[in-house]
Amino acid sequence: MNSLVPIESVLVLGGTSEIGESTAAELVRHGARRIVLAGRDVDALREVGERLRANGAGQVELIAFDATATETHDDVVRRAFSDFGDIDLALIAFGILGDQEIAEQSAAAALELVTTNFEGAVSVAIPLVREMRRQGHGHIAVLSSVAAERPRRANFVYGSSKAGLDAFFQGLSDSLAGSGVHVMVVRPGFVHTKMTVSSPPAPLATTPEAVARAIRRGLERGAGTIWIPGKLRWVMSGMRHLPRPLFRRIT
Amino acid sequence: MKTSIVDTHQQLTGWGRTAPTLADVRRPQRADEIAALLSQAPSRGAIPRGLGRSYGDAAQNGGGLVIETGELDDILEFDPEQGVATGKSGLSLAALIRAVLPHGWFIPVSPGTRQVTLGGAVAADVHGKNQHRDGNFCDHVEAVELHSPARAATITRDSDADVFGATAGGMGLTGVISTVRLRLMRVETAWMVARVRRLPNLEALLVEMTDLDDRFQYSVAWVDCRARGRNQVRAVLTLGGHAQMDDLDPRRRRQDPLRYRDSTWMTVPWELPSGVLNPASLAAFNEVVYRRAPATARTGLTGIGPFFYPLDVVSGWNRVYGKRGFLQYQFVVPFGAEQVLREALDMLSQAGSPPSLSVLKRFGRTAFGHLGFPMPGWTFALDVPVGGGDLDRALCSLDEKVAQAGGRVYLAKDSRLRRELLPVMYPRLAEWRAIQAELDPGGVLQSDLSRRLAMVPARG
Repeated sequence: MNSLVPIESVLVLGGTSEIGESTAAELVRHGARRIVLAGRDVDALREVGERLRANGAGQVELIAFDATATETHDDVVRRAFSDFGDIDLALIAFGILGDQEIAEQSAAAALELVTTNFEGAVSVAIPLVREMRRQGHGHIAVLSSVAAERPRRANFVYGSSKAGLDAFFQGLSDSLAGSGVHVMVVRPGFVHTKMTVSSPPAPLATTPEAVARAIRRGLERGAGTIWIPGKLRWVMSGMRHLPRPLFRRIT
Repeated sequence: MKTSIVDTHQQLTGWGRTAPTLADVRRPQRADEIAALLSQAPSRGAIPRGLGRSYGDAAQNGGGLVIETGELDDILEFDPEQGVATGKSGLSLAALIRAVLPHGWFIPVSPGTRQVTLGGAVAADVHGKNQHRDGNFCDHVEAVELHSPARAATITRDSDADVFGATAGGMGLTGVISTVRLRLMRVETAWMVARVRRLPNLEALLVEMTDLDDRFQYSVAWVDCRARGRNQVRAVLTLGGHAQMDDLDPRRRRQDPLRYRDSTWMTVPWELPSGVLNPASLAAFNEVVYRRAPATARTGLTGIGPFFYPLDVVSGWNRVYGKRGFLQYQFVVPFGAEQVLREALDMLSQAGSPPSLSVLKRFGRTAFGHLGFPMPGWTFALDVPVGGGDLDRALCSLDEKVAQAGGRVYLAKDSRLRRELLPVMYPRLAEWRAIQAELDPGGVLQSDLSRRLAMVPARG
């Protein structure tokens, strides 16, 4: 952190996610120097790291990290801070969309969604908060979803995992008031990525680059929740009050 | 540390109000509490803080301990015959001036504000408008009581050249200073004789300063690079010295010639919207400053306050920069590298961030300390609001130019330098580190500045 680059070092949990990479690249364009990528697929991480380096990241570090191996999270987070120095932003970008149809039939598939998206995020948040409190400053940005706002027939298993995550980080944000640590909940609508390639695009669809820009701007102004695109805030504040039969029909 | 139900955590920034971090802030009542505070510092360490006038992150320590010296503000000894004063480290220069000026003494070096502590003045080894003649603050310091984690001792420049040199300009990283013994300067009056003249361009200014500096004790130039309609820099040069009795008119002579007030006129009560300082308001302000100065040199009497500390009359003036704050980029380049001065202004203008206030000064002496800032050459202090244009990139390339020219940026002002250039700009860094490590083998002394620039090894 310096006076012109409030975010100089970034830890991306879910380093191969397209939104994670786009956000890291966006921050590098705005002066970030050190990127720590944490993820399961080390080869894929390496490729992301090379692209970031080619785009100006001075230092890229890779850490093996599995969102579902919650017993390892404390150690992974501790090392990310102790080996590479202060972290100005931790971006929780991992998550899976799953297959709603399968998840409705298979408890294991449903649980995999919940474990990755909700449990995994809660499990990294606790040590992240400890480390950030210890350094007296920092941001935690977490990828929630518009689906967290109101469950939909078409993806409620995914939506419920994000709703749990969303509620957890909102409360966490309040608990950290005055600590120097800032939490931001990111609620994108439909984002064109490899995760959503087989889903039909929804209205107000957006791109990883647009999400990245919104994240950077949100962090700069210390936002608590951001919607991407911004219009979704107003759309969803209407949608959440629609009568259920009507909501079911239009979604 | 005493247990207390009061939460002692506070978010701190430097004077530029950027990059806040949270620290445990303690204010020892007596110097003998310092050792205990240091020994119980958390893993993020401890750093002393005075009045928080460093622009950047020198006196903040995120997640660690910040030892504020504000309660240690007594004058311990003042000899009006010899002109030597000993004060606790939290004593402000303003309070010291109030105490000694009626006896015909003044502080030997005045930075741009009276609101700095003795400890801070030593830790940053501050300079003033008389640097070309009288050197830095620490050149007039006879002794310092320093509490390092390894030992506490009273050190002098002669008996402990290494430790003194590492502490003068050491940014608080060699220990907490508890007292400072300062040699004062004799004055006959509390008035200044100032010769003011405006100059139409940078070249004329440099020539005038080179020609005249040595004849005046004080010299400083205000530079405006916002003049519209032409790619030109213009300046107001102030040269001066302390007025003697003969310089006063009979009316002033009849009054107490040493009478001195340092009240403020107004306070900026809250931060103004970030857009208040915009190109139009700044151009208007700079126009007024320039027009007020005469085209041919005019000499007159002025008070110590307006001469040395023009901004002190507005308390909390840093709030005019709004929420995003501002930074001051101060660098020095040796004589012969004058082109960097022009390049600095050009680069900032091109980046869309022309400075709101610029001050040029000719240095004459090298600082004694290992991390001392001054060297014979030109120093330029540029106030820049944060947020406009591509300031980060512009200043990073300016850093390179300054380093290439053999110059350096001032750590007391810095809030953004990248660590790679520190050893280039401060060639005695390795020497300083060796002394620092002896005083603080456990790595207790840390600050946001020291971590950002990797000045001291990170603690395990």
